[in-house]
Amino acid sequence: MNWFPPTLIAQTNEEISKIVSGMNNDTSVPAHAIERPDGTAGWYSSEYWFPEAASDFAPNVDWLYMYIFWISLVFFAAIVGAMVYFCIKYRRKDGNLDTEPSPSHNTNLEIAWSVGPSILLVVMFWYGAEGFFNMRIPRADSEEIQVTASRWNWKFTYPDGDSSSELHLVNGRPTKLVMQSTDVLHSMYIAAFRQKVDIVPGRYTYAYLTPNKEGEFRLACTEYCGQKHSKMRTMVTVHASDERRKEDTQWIEAEYPAWQNGERIYKINCSGCHNKTAEAGTGPGFGNLWGKGEESLHGGGSVKVDEQYIYDSIMEPGKHIVAGYGPVSKMNSFKGKLTQADVNQVIAFLKYLDDPESVSDKPEGEVEKEEDEKPTEAEAENTST
Amino acid sequence: MASAEIRNKIFDTPSVNYLNHQKGWKSWAFTLDHKRIGIMYLIGVTAALLLAGVFALVLRSHLFSYQGAMLSDEMYNQMFTLHGAIMVFSFIIPSVPAALGNIVLPMMLGAKDVAFPRMNLASFYLWIIGTGCLFAAILSGRGLDTGWTFYTPYSIDTSSAVIFATFGAFVLGFSSIFTGLNFLVTINTMRAPGQTWFKLPLFLWSLYATSIIQVLATPVLGITLLLLIAERTMHIGIFDPTYGGDPVLFQHFFWFYSHPAVYIMILPAMGIISELISVYSQKRIFGYSFIAFSSVAIALLGFLVWGHHMFTSGQSPVVTLIFSAITFTVAIPSAVKVFNWLATLYKGSILLNTPMCYALSFIFLFGIGGLTGLFLGTLSVDIHLHDTYFVVAHFHFVMVGGTLTAFLGGLFHWWPKIFGRMYNDLMGRVGCFLVFAGFNLTFFPQFVMGSRGMPRRYASYDPEFQIFHQWSTVGAFVLGIGIVVSFVVLAYAAFRGPRCGSNPFRAASLEWQTSSPPDFHNFIHKPIMTDPYDFDSQVYDETLDTYIPRELADPAKVPPRKTPAHH
Amino acid sequence: MAVADPDNILEHDDHHHDPFIAHHFESAEQQFDSGKLGIWIFLVTEVLFFSGLFVAYTLYRIHHPEIFQQAHHFLDKNLGAMNTIVLLFSSLTMALGVHAAQNGDNKKCGIYTLITMVCAAMFLGVKAVEYSHKWDLGIFVRSTFDYAEHHPEGISPYLIKLSVIPALLLVGFIGASVFSKMTEKDLLAKFFGGMAVTVGGYFLGALVGLGFMALTAGGDAHASHEVAASPLVLQAMSIDEDEKHDEHSHEEGDHDHAGDDHAHDDHSHDGDHGHAAHGAAKEPMHRDVGTFFSIYYCMTGLHAIHIIAGIIALAWVFWRCLALHWRPDYFGPVDYVGLYWHLVDLIWIYLFPLLYLID
Repeated sequence: MNWFPPTLIAQTNEEISKIVSGMNNDTSVPAHAIERPDGTAGWYSSEYWFPEAASDFAPNVDWLYMYIFWISLVFFAAIVGAMVYFCIKYRRKDGNLDTEPSPSHNTNLEIAWSVGPSILLVVMFWYGAEGFFNMRIPRADSEEIQVTASRWNWKFTYPDGDSSSELHLVNGRPTKLVMQSTDVLHSMYIAAFRQKVDIVPGRYTYAYLTPNKEGEFRLACTEYCGQKHSKMRTMVTVHASDERRKEDTQWIEAEYPAWQNGERIYKINCSGCHNKTAEAGTGPGFGNLWGKGEESLHGGGSVKVDEQYIYDSIMEPGKHIVAGYGPVSKMNSFKGKLTQADVNQVIAFLKYLDDPESVSDKPEGEVEKEEDEKPTEAEAENTST
Repeated sequence: MASAEIRNKIFDTPSVNYLNHQKGWKSWAFTLDHKRIGIMYLIGVTAALLLAGVFALVLRSHLFSYQGAMLSDEMYNQMFTLHGAIMVFSFIIPSVPAALGNIVLPMMLGAKDVAFPRMNLASFYLWIIGTGCLFAAILSGRGLDTGWTFYTPYSIDTSSAVIFATFGAFVLGFSSIFTGLNFLVTINTMRAPGQTWFKLPLFLWSLYATSIIQVLATPVLGITLLLLIAERTMHIGIFDPTYGGDPVLFQHFFWFYSHPAVYIMILPAMGIISELISVYSQKRIFGYSFIAFSSVAIALLGFLVWGHHMFTSGQSPVVTLIFSAITFTVAIPSAVKVFNWLATLYKGSILLNTPMCYALSFIFLFGIGGLTGLFLGTLSVDIHLHDTYFVVAHFHFVMVGGTLTAFLGGLFHWWPKIFGRMYNDLMGRVGCFLVFAGFNLTFFPQFVMGSRGMPRRYASYDPEFQIFHQWSTVGAFVLGIGIVVSFVVLAYAAFRGPRCGSNPFRAASLEWQTSSPPDFHNFIHKPIMTDPYDFDSQVYDETLDTYIPRELADPAKVPPRKTPAHH
Repeated sequence: MAVADPDNILEHDDHHHDPFIAHHFESAEQQFDSGKLGIWIFLVTEVLFFSGLFVAYTLYRIHHPEIFQQAHHFLDKNLGAMNTIVLLFSSLTMALGVHAAQNGDNKKCGIYTLITMVCAAMFLGVKAVEYSHKWDLGIFVRSTFDYAEHHPEGISPYLIKLSVIPALLLVGFIGASVFSKMTEKDLLAKFFGGMAVTVGGYFLGALVGLGFMALTAGGDAHASHEVAASPLVLQAMSIDEDEKHDEHSHEEGDHDHAGDDHAHDDHSHDGDHGHAAHGAAKEPMHRDVGTFFSIYYCMTGLHAIHIIAGIIALAWVFWRCLALHWRPDYFGPVDYVGLYWHLVDLIWIYLFPLLYLID
């Protein structure tokens, strides 16, 4: 155990700027699996108590935790030890009630045991505050990533405009997450980074971190946000370089068939409430939706499941409420957030879920080319982006 | 006055006491007697404890499997909400003050009743109404799924029965204010002649500190909940961001009450422990004034630390820093109490009966609960631990390991006084052991899970945590069995236990100077003023079954004065 | 307050037989001290109860000073001032009532208590006029705030609705008084008569309030027109502004306020109307002003509830005056109710400048 906390910022400015400018291309480090580094770590080690440490201030938090742990352990052992010893030594024997006289108070002793622990507390407070400020105050050269939390999806938007439902970071780069919520309180928690900040509707909050280890880590919502709170989890991937990140975050629609583009939209926007299977979630499951033909509605009646129905349900969720989900729709409208083309891709995905054979596996780019060659058949699908 | 005269006056156990002087349900429902109100409270809070405990067992069973074993996500959310809300508002807050405190507080003062008996009864009925509203939320079929904290804007948005529940909590708040007001006035104006502030039993000091919190903090909860109801019904835009409100303001208001409320829960428990440790060691409590003042200090400091529930809410770092600093200052008076209890044990004559076992369990469990508070008060560490199972484990160690343990210990201590009958001590200790072992098994693994990043309020979780959850679930059932055993032992004793004398544990405080169970007016004759913790210079009079001041004792029986080894 | 009640004295009491000292107290002094301490602690809880609202007021005023500046013009200072005077006067009569009770003068105490109750009811009457006038104009809480500039004619339907219960009470009390008189229960007849007079105070207050408004109508209308015309009130938080950004709207407001001059006002008024008409969504206008009124209604509403509770407590004191209960050595309840009443007045003394006199 170190007697002093590890330095808070692991890298100097120069090192960081090197990394940012892409000079650090050490690809020999394999991506870590989501496991603790060593499953056999003993209880006296911070590796037992903590998940893998993957940010520059994590070692500091771990050190402070163990510092408090050992102090607590010493005090606890002393208290319980004394208690057990007294109970054995001075237990009442043969009903003898005579107690050995001892002082009723001792001011010096009492002051000593008040002031002594206080000094240890000041140390805890000091290092805790120092670490906290390092977690809260972002460096000026941080990369900004927009985080939008909504029940029960995450959306991360990168400076180059790409977005994803999982968080992708670059190793060694100071990152500022600018977070907003579209509905209720959430909290972004990445255990491996020891970072957690609430996401409050009506204001922006910020989380600052510098990952220092490549690999995949867990990200979870830790502020209770309703029914599927526990499902609001996703992954963080720390990449070696910008290029490697781009491979994962970039999504060129032309390279994928429509249904896969639809699946991606589904993951970012719909998966919080609608299952891929037929099983009901907060909203109806998508599994066999397209094949149903008809959907019975809240308050009687039914509606034909067709393109118009899907479009209406996305843009005006209150228009048709499926039986069992009334009386008021809990869904927010996607008007202005999704385009007609996006809806078409979602429809393709729904068709795919119902019957994978029924939809084309051709990348949209190729489909478009073919359509350009045969302009007579165009327009009907309207899959251009 | 010679002891012979006193002897003639006192303690021929009367056949008529407060339990049987009037009969019929009306004599209970409309009673103004603090002891009967206390017993009704006791039955009420025990029922709430058992119900919320069943919810806890359902939760734990669900979490046995990482995918969630038996409940839907929605049901799980309702279960943990109701578990928390009922435990906090209907059980822990009224448990020690309103149930046990009501029964013994006037007797410890040598008074006939609390200052405002009708307000006392009103407090009980408000408890019934408030708890009824919480039940109405369940029975309405919509349940309650906001978490016991009612955080906005979710509580404005959800379709569950928030208004029922918040109104219930609002009413329970008034019940709590009435109790606190009553106790403050009673302790101030109704102490027996000669009973100075520094002759008060420490349980009363802690109840006094608790009452200050109840009176000062609860109204803020009241207005907060009213605003929440207004927000839900009319959308007044104070807390709802859709209408320009600030959801974090709700958190500030809520914790301004609910953090001091944590001390409403733990302070009376500490008071009970001070009594038990002293009586069962037959030793003067060490550092009386330190313990007394630390209660008041904790109560006052408790008002200044609410922001430590919001370290991650994005509040200003400077504010966060100040809250962290003040939070550490609360640790000192709490630690002082523990050291003083240990010093009291030193060279005592320690009787390891059921109440004392609970007291020792308290020191063990509260020690862990308090020390883990240090992790959470430390800013950078709290960022990691906030809203994980570490927090869950921490506050259960304080509230269950602390308050519930002390509550049970207090019940076993005063049970012979309340019902005049003795319980089976062996079975009592078995219950205590099950509670202690089950509790540790339940909550210790949660520290490990929490540190490793298991978030709280999760209906399903990553498989790597499953083993800890399974231990925890097993422990919860052991704990449940322990609690049931304890209450069965007590209930059996209340009806069938052997009769006991007025002072079976040789305590020196005033409530033991009357018959067991006491007369309707508490004391048939005025009690002799004693020092509640002086087991050395006061003389135990076998005939009176009480400690009396040396100068009142029969000179022939007075043993030579013991002198402390050093002073 | 749980103090002595003649109906509840337990028989076997070896200390005293005074019907006004509860059995568990040792002496009259102990009982009085307990009651006094109890009421003071109760008042502390009352202050803390209101404190939440004062904190909310402070925070929103810090965040939106311009909204508060503008919104308070909708409040009628004259009616507010009148209510302040009414309450201050009632505090005086309450103090005189306590003094009379200390001297054991039940008759005087009863008269003063009655005047206090009438003042309290008058206060509510004026408040009812104020509320109903605002509701006429569409000034509700934040979410339903829907201000429309117009001059309502005749008596507000809201005022009539508010007055239904007082009217029923008035009829009931007069009937009960007459009935008691006929059955020769003089004490009850007096009591119900007093209560009828009290409820009459409500209608007196409402009439005076309406009269006052009619007298000052010109100036008032002008004032509210001026307010309505100011760009802030019309623009405040139009839909395209980012709701999330407290600071943002704050700056916006400051900006508007800075450029506040009359010629501009009318212009932007028209321009804004056009804009609103073009805007597709029927979002309520100037919603942030509604936040002020949310707080206003919460604070004054809660205060009004306390006034009503005060009237009930005073009625109890009044009844015991008629029953000649007060003696120089037993007047605690009058004192306690008096303290409560002074606190209710005091809260209004804070509310009036904070809400009505912001400038």
